[in-house]
Amino acid sequence: MITFEGVTKRYPDGTVALDDVTLECPTGRITVFVGTSGGGKTTALRTINRMVDPTGGRVLIDGGDVRDRRPAELRRGIGYVIQHAGLFPHRTIEDNIATVPYLLGRRKKDARAAARELMERVGLEPGMAKRYPYQLSGGQQQRVGVARALAADPPVMLMDEPFSAVDPVVRAELQDELLRLQAELRKTIVFVTHDIDEAIRLGDRIAVFRTGGKLVQVAAPEELLADPADDFVAGFIGQNRGIRSLSFAGTSKLRLRDDVVRPVTSSDTEGLDWVLVVDEKRRPLGWARGADVDGSLADAALAPVGPTFRPGTDSVRVALDAAVLSASGLAVGVDGDGSVVGVAGGTDLLEGPR
Amino acid sequence: MDIDWGWIGEHTDTLSANAVTHLRLALLPVLFGLLISLPLGLACRRWGRLYAPVLTVSNILYAIPSIALFMVFIQYTGLEPATVMIPLTLYSLSVLVPNVVDGLGSVSEPVRQAATAMGFGTLRRLVRVELPIAVPIVIAGVRVAAVSSISLVAIGQLIGQGGLGYDIIRGYQLQFPTQIVAASVLIVALALITDALLVLVQRLLTPWARGRAA
Ligand SMILES: Nc1ncnc2c1ncn2[C@@H]1O[C@H](COP(=O)(O)OP(=O)(O)OP(=O)(O)O)[C@@H](O)[C@H]1O
Ligand SMILES: [Mg+2]
Repeated sequence: MITFEGVTKRYPDGTVALDDVTLECPTGRITVFVGTSGGGKTTALRTINRMVDPTGGRVLIDGGDVRDRRPAELRRGIGYVIQHAGLFPHRTIEDNIATVPYLLGRRKKDARAAARELMERVGLEPGMAKRYPYQLSGGQQQRVGVARALAADPPVMLMDEPFSAVDPVVRAELQDELLRLQAELRKTIVFVTHDIDEAIRLGDRIAVFRTGGKLVQVAAPEELLADPADDFVAGFIGQNRGIRSLSFAGTSKLRLRDDVVRPVTSSDTEGLDWVLVVDEKRRPLGWARGADVDGSLADAALAPVGPTFRPGTDSVRVALDAAVLSASGLAVGVDGDGSVVGVAGGTDLLEGPR
Repeated sequence: MDIDWGWIGEHTDTLSANAVTHLRLALLPVLFGLLISLPLGLACRRWGRLYAPVLTVSNILYAIPSIALFMVFIQYTGLEPATVMIPLTLYSLSVLVPNVVDGLGSVSEPVRQAATAMGFGTLRRLVRVELPIAVPIVIAGVRVAAVSSISLVAIGQLIGQGGLGYDIIRGYQLQFPTQIVAASVLIVALALITDALLVLVQRLLTPWARGRAA
């Protein structure tokens, strides 16, 4: 656990970057720092690996004051990832990743073998090992940055806006990758971002900073959305926090309807506005408008199924999205094989969370 | 103007001996210049206020005619190679110091911070990260210094230090163009070969710089 005890940082020019911050970042969890630009997030992060020494208070890792450790030695046990990856341009990918193991005196051969394993873990092709950073895309460089931070298997990882310089699609991939890795590795991660959606997606806990280095609220994401401490936090979270909070509502208790599902061989649309046409394995083929069907469903004009959701796995937000985009207004729930489990309408979906 | 090929054929020995002397007189100063520029450039990066005066002084030195510098140093070092090499060393500083400073400046802030955050101490960061990244720009400076030194050093013959400058002055005294032309062509060739070798060294030393504006 990383503990901030009344941490204050006042720069010689009088700027107060951190103002009496008290906070705990639990072991094995992702704590996200969000807040206004200049709110002290980076400063707070850097007090952990002593790139900044506080002018007041203490930072502890597992109960030990970081100031009792020599900076270089402390830092080799803390992974660090930054926005533009900060890869060494003069070293190959594998040597970039093996940087800290080299510093720790590991043998070159072992360190490189470990680096190649890590490359696979973070989704990089092993063939890239001998390339130089300039030969990689921004997203790939960022993956190398993550691998490099993980190379010495540090219990603590600090990540300062690691994904904010890549486009949204790549960012989403990197976020998924991080969550997947974290499920295996259970590091104590402190993650700084400007992006509240990223914070909600990744954070087990979210700490909101505001100008002047004040910590305004620390809470789990669902709690933050449901109950922001003040107008600043509410404003920071943004307009649609109600919709966002549906990301945390599960669909396992949802009651699904089956009455509109029809096999393609059927011709029965009696009294239904829309029917969901499925094949013999119950995989959805499309929506048919009841009034338009004349004869077998095999000949009917079908509207596309659109996005589906996995009941019990996906959130209400995903299901609601599927419902909104569906021709019939009904979200199609499917199992792991893609077979239809049932459908749900917008009001069915909102009943649970309320 | 007739070139006496026969003379050249008979004098390959002395010409190549003079070429070797020429290269030594020209390139040792560049090496010394580099050895001075590295700490000086580092100091200029560390204490930014130092840079402007250092640059001004090295530029002023560069503006002093070599012949005048010879006359100054001859009083201390006599008719020795040092009297030629010291001014050339001083000249090389005016390209090498700025290139060392720019080379170190080409290390991006994220790279510097990443190195610190991974547990490099100041010295280790300098040797393993900053200096290697500075190499392409430093070598670019060495190329300019080496080529200009090879051409400049011919004047060292004014104080009897040999090299291909000897053949140029001798050819003039004897009204013998062949010797002048042969020595001049050799000087240009030495400059081009040295430059090409330095490019090769840079390629081998910094394969990573190829994709960048090298
Ligand atoms: N070396 C320094 N000297 C003086 N002030 C500084 C120094 N470093 C940071 N600051 C100030 O401290 C405050 C907090 O900076 P910090 O970088 O921690 O903010 P941040 O929350 O990370 O911002 P951003 O989201 O823009 O990255 C800012 O007002 C900044 O200008
Ligand atoms: Mg910051």
